[in-house]
Amino acid sequence: MSIDLILFLILAVVAVATALGMLLSKNAVYSALFLVLNFAAIAVFYLLLGAPFIAISQVTVYAGAIMVLFLFVIMLLGAETLAPSKVLRGQGWAAFGLAVVLVAETVYLLVSRHAAVGVIARPDAFLNTMDSLREIGKALFIQYLLPFEVTSILLLVAMVGAIVLTRREKGG
Amino acid sequence: MSQYINPSDLTTILPAIVLTVWACALLVADLFIPHERKGWTAVLAALGLVVSLDITLIQAGGTSTGFKGMVTLDGFSTFLNALLLVSGLFGVALAYGYVRRMGLERGEYYTLLLFSVVGMMLMVQASDLIVVFIALELLSIPLYVLAALNVRQIESEEAGLKYFLLGSFSTGFLVYGIALIFGATGSTSYSGIVTAASAGTSSLLLTIGAALLLVGFGFKVAAVPFHMWTPDVYQGAPTSVTAFMSSGAKIAGFAALLRVFALAFPTLTADLTPILAALAALTMIGGNLIAVSQTNIKRLLAYSSIAHAGYILMAFVPYGNPQVMPVSVAAGLFYLVAYAVTNFGAWGVVIALEKQGGKGLEISDYAGLFWKNRPLALAMTVFMLSLIGFPPTIGMVGKFYLFRAVIDGGFVWLAIVGVVTSLISAYYYLRVVVNMFMQEGEPQTGSEFWVNFTWGLTALMTIIISFVPQPLFAWASSAVLRLF
Amino acid sequence: MLIEYIAIAVLLVLSTAVALIAVGLGTIFGPQKKSEAKSMPYESGMSPYGEGTRRMPVRFYLIAVLFILFDIEVVFFLPWAVVFRQLTWFGLAEMVIFITILLVGYFYAWKKGALEWE
Repeated sequence: MSIDLILFLILAVVAVATALGMLLSKNAVYSALFLVLNFAAIAVFYLLLGAPFIAISQVTVYAGAIMVLFLFVIMLLGAETLAPSKVLRGQGWAAFGLAVVLVAETVYLLVSRHAAVGVIARPDAFLNTMDSLREIGKALFIQYLLPFEVTSILLLVAMVGAIVLTRREKGG
Repeated sequence: MSQYINPSDLTTILPAIVLTVWACALLVADLFIPHERKGWTAVLAALGLVVSLDITLIQAGGTSTGFKGMVTLDGFSTFLNALLLVSGLFGVALAYGYVRRMGLERGEYYTLLLFSVVGMMLMVQASDLIVVFIALELLSIPLYVLAALNVRQIESEEAGLKYFLLGSFSTGFLVYGIALIFGATGSTSYSGIVTAASAGTSSLLLTIGAALLLVGFGFKVAAVPFHMWTPDVYQGAPTSVTAFMSSGAKIAGFAALLRVFALAFPTLTADLTPILAALAALTMIGGNLIAVSQTNIKRLLAYSSIAHAGYILMAFVPYGNPQVMPVSVAAGLFYLVAYAVTNFGAWGVVIALEKQGGKGLEISDYAGLFWKNRPLALAMTVFMLSLIGFPPTIGMVGKFYLFRAVIDGGFVWLAIVGVVTSLISAYYYLRVVVNMFMQEGEPQTGSEFWVNFTWGLTALMTIIISFVPQPLFAWASSAVLRLF
Repeated sequence: MLIEYIAIAVLLVLSTAVALIAVGLGTIFGPQKKSEAKSMPYESGMSPYGEGTRRMPVRFYLIAVLFILFDIEVVFFLPWAVVFRQLTWFGLAEMVIFITILLVGYFYAWKKGALEWE
């Protein structure tokens, strides 16, 4: 077994366990904290796949900022102490059915792919971290220059929107 | 520097760039405009739209691509950008007095509206799915905020939240579609997709991706069965916002859809044409049938807006037929103009009658309007006739072009569905007219210059263009010919 | 290729170890006389009361949202810094435009008092 595989197996256990922990926790704050761990485990998956930029974004944006918002909303609503809300009728069965479909699909895909290709193809060459970032930088700042700049307008609009909806006009 | 960017990149989207800079400046300038003088912000916003419109018209006839093929300037984009900027102007005109009367006056209203127009313009010019996605977000986020602007009314908050949640959900479909298309072709640019699709063998992934794109756009243009949000959002949002978003978002959505399907998916005609036809028929039938039972004018117009999405969708159906395609797209563009003009007028009348706290919005509130305010009632009659497609209005001419195009394309049954549903729609539109003329009532109308100006001007346009539609249709046709 | 990240792994292990050692040594070798006052949770010398999970004021919402927005902005800096030498002036201009647009938002938030705690 290569070191990558061992690392993957450990992380897989962590990821599944934290996902279960998130679903099964009675306290919403615990759920959120499990989710942070889960995000961290997934970030390392991205590293294993040779995608350091996505890994870093995962940690800063998801495990960092998004989870802050999640935790805040939970604590704002006091949701960790709320009684369980009503669920739709047959929701459990529907979820079970959908999960079975998903698993079947995945298994089929793995089996059929495995038969056809032998092994799932790896990317041609693994770039090291710096080269990978450099490639992303080049794509982002040369090819995708316009979407990049529009992103900043998008962030500006989101900021204005958040302020407009939460701050009352003075003297208005 | 010229290695990465050149001046033609910037001139390709110059109107959008100018409007962005203007909007940023306006955001800052508004901070220094005292609360009693927010009207100045509206004036400045309108000025920005006019400047951008000027540049758009000066650029008319030019064609170029920019930013490594991410955006295109052509007759199609000039035509629709001009329409979008005029819609923005109508949006500002309707908001000017309304927001003050309703106590919603905030300078950010106009800034957000400008940013939304920028998003729409980018969407019209996009020739890469990444730009489509980001432009869609840029046009949507300001609309989510504007829909929820009336925070004191629970319906407005509901409208904003509903629009936001369902809008994000539908964007998810769009992004997933883009991902599948990228997976199938290795490209997100329209030209790259076409090259890969015509060379490749398996296109199942591409077809599913295209279908998911259709779902995402179907939501934005409020096509059945992705229309559930429309009545609640249109009813809950401040009326001036509804007027703007029902025209602007629809124009931008249809523009992007037209460009994507015509330029990126010509190889998928066999799979997509039946879906588009079914979608158009469902939307016409669904929108018109549910509208029959509405008693609230905002909900009525919301369902009318859904129904019209169906009519415009008809223009897409023959997109795989190279002979019919230019005419049908021109008919679609013409109908977008017809819809926008009529729609702004009808919402203008609604604004003229609306009172604080959501009063004055029932159809029964229109009883006796003719005896109280003749010009207003006559204008509303014109808009209702135009929405039915009754002469002498622009709606009739638009429907004529549309039906002719689909019949040329061999979809006679679709044209029949269109005619029958138009007849059904006559029932509920005429009920408004009957109310105004034949019922007794004491309707109270406001009189704000810019609202009067809007419904007056659009009423005149609705009638005049119906007598001389040829120049506009010729412009729409030339716009499309240069696209291909 | 994961060997590049060994430094981060070492850092994680070391920092965890130092923390554990610091706490562990104190627990093992320190004198332990329990009293009611000592087993109380320490909160700036005030006696804590009520439930641990109080509802947070909604003001934090704006701060959380602004944090996310600037956080996303920061993510873009990473690949930019790596290619900066290659792009030189062009790259600088791009990032200046990007930041200027966001600075408009920052200025707006500031003037609107969104950063103040009323």
